[in-house]
Amino acid sequence: MGSLDFLTLLPYTSDLLKGLLTTVVLTVVTTLAGIMLAVVVAYLRAHGQIWLRRGLGTYVEVTRNTPFIVQLFFIFFGLPGLGIKIDAITAAFIAMTLNLAAYSAEILRAGISATAKGQLEAGRALGMSALQSYRHIVLVPAFARVYPSLISQAIIVMLGSAVVSQISVFDLTYAANFVQSRNFRSFEVYLLITLVYLLLAFGLRRAFMLVGSRVFAYQRGETR
Amino acid sequence: MIEFTFWDILRNLLLAARWTVVLSLIAFAGGAVVGLILTFLRLSSQRWLQYLTALYVDLFQGTPLLMQLFLIFFGAAALGQPISAWLAASIALTLFTSAFLCDIWRGCLEAVAKGQWHAARVLGMNYYQSMRHVILPQALRLSVPPTVGFSVQVVKGTALASIIGFVELTKAGTMLNNATFEPFTIFALVALLYFALCFPLSCYARYLEKKLYDAGLR
Repeated sequence: MGSLDFLTLLPYTSDLLKGLLTTVVLTVVTTLAGIMLAVVVAYLRAHGQIWLRRGLGTYVEVTRNTPFIVQLFFIFFGLPGLGIKIDAITAAFIAMTLNLAAYSAEILRAGISATAKGQLEAGRALGMSALQSYRHIVLVPAFARVYPSLISQAIIVMLGSAVVSQISVFDLTYAANFVQSRNFRSFEVYLLITLVYLLLAFGLRRAFMLVGSRVFAYQRGETR
Repeated sequence: MIEFTFWDILRNLLLAARWTVVLSLIAFAGGAVVGLILTFLRLSSQRWLQYLTALYVDLFQGTPLLMQLFLIFFGAAALGQPISAWLAASIALTLFTSAFLCDIWRGCLEAVAKGQWHAARVLGMNYYQSMRHVILPQALRLSVPPTVGFSVQVVKGTALASIIGFVELTKAGTMLNNATFEPFTIFALVALLYFALCFPLSCYARYLEKKLYDAGLR
């Protein structure tokens, strides 16, 4: 082995594309699910019963202070020990969602606490229901404020998802492992998919930002 | 067949956790040195140096740490100079850490108000004097909480070294699992040990952040 030879990767294009598709789908689905879960967690951590707050606080801290790969192994290998059997892709989905939700709940909490209490009371005084005023006055502006941080976190989870290959989910990294086990060109294939991850991170950030600028367009006057 | 008791498992995990600590320390110390050099290169007046360091930071922040590990581990082999998992992990984690620390520290240096620069220059200090006596001391204070906070990411990052076969905490966990078939206990213990390493660091970072906030610096 001396020089690089990327042509040897050509016959495996469909495998690599299959892996890419899995990574993209996993990322998009877990981003949506993770952020929805984060809203619930952030809300309950602020307004729930004391035992619920403590429980969720523990979940957030444990998730933020352990490696993602250990969380993944615990869910995939550990839970079946308790009789809960799940397949690899479901385990990856659950681990990524729980991971993103814990970080996002912390990010959202900062956004939520930035809304003055008086504003919420003003909403109620204007005849909005508790849910309406919470949604329009606290939640949506909080979202708009922390949206860029949420996107960065989703990208971090996407990059971290490379380890789901370790429980044999056919993602981009798994595809690369598969290819290099066939053509023994490990450096070429990993270099190629590293570039793909880089473009994916860049592309997803642009796409999410575009969505955000549409969704939060009317917020702009207030938040900037 | 060797029977593993709970204490055997715990003892083996604790022994392996040493290597997680050692690898974290190497990555953090190495990353700090390289990161410091990069921070100053990034602040240089040479345009191309600024772009190059910015590109370096973007490359490491925009790709999976696992790929960085693989590229160094398999890249060295492809160059005909195979290196151990131990060395590959140290290099990859050092570079990864340096990119993030460079970004954090640059942010801290830029967070010192522009007026401070002007004031220092007006007082007749040159660039190095202003940096040394006015900007750095302030930036240093700002940089401590996020730096401590990032060390948690370094400790968690070392878990990926298990994938290229370096026997640290996570790898020890998977090996013990293969021998004992007690995945629930083992991975719960592994998670608990990481938590014991990371949570104090997180708390300390939060405490430092709050102290800065209370001092009115943030």
